[in-house]
Amino acid sequence: MKPWNLLPLILTASLAAAPAFAAKASKAAPAAEDPAMTVRPVTGLKALDMPYDAGEGILVRWDVMPHDEYAAVYVVELSSVSAAGPWVKAKEVRSDQGTVAELGFPFWARPKAGQRAVEVKPLDLFSNDSDAAKARVSKAEYFVRVRATNGRQVADSEVVTGRAESDWFSMPRLNNLIFTLVFCGIVLWFISHARKKDLFLRRIPGLDAVEDAIGRATEMGRPIYFLTGRLDIDSISTIAASLILGEIAKRIAQYDTQLKVPHTYAMTMAVCQEITKQAYSEAGRPDAYREDINFFITEDQFAYTAAVNGMMVREKPAACFYMGYYYAESLLLTEVGASVGAIQIAGSDSEHQLPFFFITCDYTLIGEELYAAGAYLSRNPVLVGTLRGQDVGKAFVMLSIFFGVAFATLGVLIGREGWVTTMLEIFKSY
Amino acid sequence: MLFIKRQFPLVVCFVVGVAVAVQYYIPHRISQDFIEGLSHWEIIIAAFAFFLGLVSVTQVHVAKLRRRSPGWGFSLFFFGGILIGVITGFLSRGKQITEAGAITSFGWMYNNMLNPLQGTMFCLLGFYIVSAAYRAFKVRSLQAGVLLAVAVIFIFSRVPLGQYLWEATIGGFFPWQLHQMVEWVMNTPAKAAGRGILIGVSLGAVATSVKIIAGIERQYMGGKD
Repeated sequence: MKPWNLLPLILTASLAAAPAFAAKASKAAPAAEDPAMTVRPVTGLKALDMPYDAGEGILVRWDVMPHDEYAAVYVVELSSVSAAGPWVKAKEVRSDQGTVAELGFPFWARPKAGQRAVEVKPLDLFSNDSDAAKARVSKAEYFVRVRATNGRQVADSEVVTGRAESDWFSMPRLNNLIFTLVFCGIVLWFISHARKKDLFLRRIPGLDAVEDAIGRATEMGRPIYFLTGRLDIDSISTIAASLILGEIAKRIAQYDTQLKVPHTYAMTMAVCQEITKQAYSEAGRPDAYREDINFFITEDQFAYTAAVNGMMVREKPAACFYMGYYYAESLLLTEVGASVGAIQIAGSDSEHQLPFFFITCDYTLIGEELYAAGAYLSRNPVLVGTLRGQDVGKAFVMLSIFFGVAFATLGVLIGREGWVTTMLEIFKSY
Repeated sequence: MLFIKRQFPLVVCFVVGVAVAVQYYIPHRISQDFIEGLSHWEIIIAAFAFFLGLVSVTQVHVAKLRRRSPGWGFSLFFFGGILIGVITGFLSRGKQITEAGAITSFGWMYNNMLNPLQGTMFCLLGFYIVSAAYRAFKVRSLQAGVLLAVAVIFIFSRVPLGQYLWEATIGGFFPWQLHQMVEWVMNTPAKAAGRGILIGVSLGAVATSVKIIAGIERQYMGGKD
């Protein structure tokens, strides 16, 4: 085919494509007279209380505007004085921002879509961080306006007023509340049923070895060390450790072995003194209890470690128990314990320190076993019931993970990612 | 009297435990103030409890001195340290640096005595990690073999010389780069195991809290009755 024979074809194609090109060009750089391009004041402006907060935020909403597709910018301004200003810039959003999804609420607590939604915090603008100023700012009424601009034109909205108020229920945390109530209900149900029949308990080798460790210490005539971790009694892992101390102290009292519990917090020491005293009493050996079983060393991490290490080297304990939460001192303590030949049993929910315990200790209770240890050692049916409740909770989590993965994979395969996002919101923390 | 000793603490525990749990779902400022007030109370109680600790540690060292127990000389250092610390603390008004920017005697003690001692203790970790690793990496089972293999890859990836040696020698036999293998181990099996532990810990913590709040577990107050 000769090249000039293609000329009519090219011309025809060019003519057909011209309107499409023109439309695209006008969108990228619209003509000044295009009415859609003219920036107008936003309509439907409302300043509402930001839901589910402590009275810190105002939710500013306005209609989606026709000029949004031409890259408009909205500046939300606040005044604490009057409708005439002075105005303080609170937030700037592009026309593709300010959706209700950006507020970070789950689907059951999300405000209605259809309007822009932007949160502004007067506290950040008008408070000097003092409590009095915060209280004043959170009670005051504010004037709000939205300035729309595209860089060349500016249009101010009408002025509306709004107030930030405290709310009494956090709806986004509803999922958490339901899960917590259901789990607590399950635990309490199993506790009530545990009184009626014996429940099977899986063996925990680390706790079965407690008797051996105490027996060894008794035969060797050496002390037993029990450490409750690096956190104070307000930590749940320290509470769990102190409950284990009670059960172990009962056995130690029966064998008449020396127990030493060095503490890093005085409050924990006071609680452990009560626990140990009661344990000796329940074991029928109140006479063997001494006030100096529990003693305070220091709150300083490494000074405490050095002191305990020194005592270990001098007294060469036959058994060491490390229960509770630990930081860097875990290896320093357990390595010295191993060097003096002590049987070492650790139990911690500090996942970063568990590898050190695995290496240096004879037995390690991993995570939740720390919380199960008290019930396991006491064999108290009521306490054992809570373990079954935990098992049901774990089964629920495992099933959720299994079906969640299957559902998420299916959602992606059939192109319904929205379902996946919605499902994940149910399990998310807010 | 028995009520004050036995029932009253249980009532306080139940009321405060439920209140703190419910507070999590109430964003109101009153709720925020309540939890802030509780934390202030905790600080105050901890300050009082510190005196208990001081009495305890003093009793231990006095007993050691009285009995001339082995290492009783260290107890002298303890009392000497407390005395010097309190005197310099008072003289320096509890400040480490004066308003003019000069270091106080209290600050000097912190910088030149406490800090180096703490640093020394922390440095011991390096030696202990080596001795612990030596025991851990003895290949006595399949699991220990896997642990050793992963540890070798990690050690090579964390040291520039190791990275160079890996790439120059056996790196070509693997379809992935060294850092990719390490990232996969950290982000996939290690993270999955860590999350599994955390889920178990969380359920255990909630169950323990329920036991304590409901008064089922009451060992912490010294008894069952």
